[in-house]
Amino acid sequence: MSPETQRKIEALFPRYPEKRGALLPAIYLVQAEKGYVGPQDARALAELFGLEPVDVWEVLTFYNMFYTSAQGRHHVYVCTNLPCSLRGARTLLKELESHLGIRCGQTTPDGRVTLAHEECLGSCGTAPVMRVDGEYVENLDLSEAKRVVDSLE
Amino acid sequence: MITQPYITNYLSEHYADDAYRELSGYEARGGFEGLRKAVQMEPADLVELVKSSGLRGRGGAGFSTGLKWSFMPSGNDRPKLFVCNADESEPGSFKDRLIMERGPHQMLEGILIGAWAVGASKTYIYIRGEYKVPTRRVEQAVKELYERGYLGQKILGKKGFDHDIVVHSGAGAYICGEETGLLESLEGKKGQPRKKPPFPAQYGAFGLPTTVNNVETFAHVPFIVARGLDWFLAIGTEKSPGTTLFGVSGQVERPGLFELPLGTPLGEIIDHAGGVRGGRALKGVIPGGMSMPILLPEDLDVRMAEEFLSERGTHLGTGGIMVMDETTCMVRVAAVTSYFFRDESCGQCTQCREGTGWIHKICERVEAGRGSPADLELLDDLPGLMEGQTICAFADAAAWPIQGLLRHFRADFEAHIAAQRCPFPESFEL
Repeated sequence: MSPETQRKIEALFPRYPEKRGALLPAIYLVQAEKGYVGPQDARALAELFGLEPVDVWEVLTFYNMFYTSAQGRHHVYVCTNLPCSLRGARTLLKELESHLGIRCGQTTPDGRVTLAHEECLGSCGTAPVMRVDGEYVENLDLSEAKRVVDSLE
Repeated sequence: MITQPYITNYLSEHYADDAYRELSGYEARGGFEGLRKAVQMEPADLVELVKSSGLRGRGGAGFSTGLKWSFMPSGNDRPKLFVCNADESEPGSFKDRLIMERGPHQMLEGILIGAWAVGASKTYIYIRGEYKVPTRRVEQAVKELYERGYLGQKILGKKGFDHDIVVHSGAGAYICGEETGLLESLEGKKGQPRKKPPFPAQYGAFGLPTTVNNVETFAHVPFIVARGLDWFLAIGTEKSPGTTLFGVSGQVERPGLFELPLGTPLGEIIDHAGGVRGGRALKGVIPGGMSMPILLPEDLDVRMAEEFLSERGTHLGTGGIMVMDETTCMVRVAAVTSYFFRDESCGQCTQCREGTGWIHKICERVEAGRGSPADLELLDDLPGLMEGQTICAFADAAAWPIQGLLRHFRADFEAHIAAQRCPFPESFEL
């Protein structure tokens, strides 16, 4: 991690009665640097927090929003939980798979897009929904979904 | 952007108004009258008031908020914490998101009233990581409160009323909505729930006395204090006063949020959502988020409050209503549901870790036309072997919907096994 990221992490420590409370926010900061948190980064975090590397690794791998390997430049996650499925989300996901030529969970060969599915995003009143680079795109239909995906550089 | 509620009441009255998100706009529409009144009261009287209001937690369990507050130890030998559970992840639930996006100060005022009542010096607001816009709105609102002296030291000039708020992002784990899973996560650990006792009021986040309340629960509190008991008790039912933001999703004409008194009949809420889409007939309704057992069309008369729903073998949960029309294959519903619980089980209890996987595999097999009568027998047994056998209520939440589907739609499962294929070609795609 960069010295700047380390400074940002250390600035979070006083917010919690115990330093470890800052671990999730710290992982986000490291992840923001290069898109994922690998074994080396986990060891560096463990050092900074006074933890064993496995303490960091088990946290990293418990949560869906942390990545331990490189992802595509853009993340496209389609919600496939029941309220979205009832409104066509799985049909839409299949169409996006064939549009991008990859299966759900894969990244396009040029590294442009990682396509995945995800559980309920709290957008059931505006279903179906996908999360594109962290932002919600709601009330989706297929042409809109393709347009959004094609607009990603 | 989340849509506005189609029907508003006291909580959502001003949600269409962008100014209401800001402190000045909130104050101009009655905001912080509740806190001003609260700090004139003795903390113990305030706890008593919230207890007498009958306010029940809106996060799913429906426990008395005032009673929960009363569990906090008195005295100040150890710092006391509040945690606002904004990890809204129960499928079919999207109300807390609306509150944080359109009325964040309601929640924050409720937190401050509670902080005065129980003597909490700090609140962690744990917001699910996917909720970027709500997080930004809440962070902005907290910043305004610091600037205007509603947070920090000597709040409203009151000696000894100091409070800080930290906004903390989750990272994508349904189990962190369970209160002790949330506390573990807040401590920088895997979100694996704790054995109780000790309860959070004795040993909560970082070992400190902690009360965890849901976003919407906090949002009701300022109204109760500002407008009084008589006003609040006149809304809703005797045992479940107040309104809630019912979320209607699935196969209806107008999915969305509807703020209505607790006790409003289920059919009336679905009518507000325009009824079943495309003029189709109703097949089933999940009344309170995906964990809650499904109801049948003949249950549309049920009043949406815990005391009435429990008579029908289900629960109010989060008030997230999912509507399924006549084309729906209930084995597909079981497959989607059981996949979710398999994926989200934290893995620490054997019954849950293994049971959720078994249930999902059986549902997939039956749906794919490879099921046998023995599969159905196993499916009858498994939920009962999980329910009540684990550290937290997640196993119950995974078991109940399957039990509900088998109770009401056994014929769907049997038809798959007899035909060795899915007999519902028009159902939503899996």
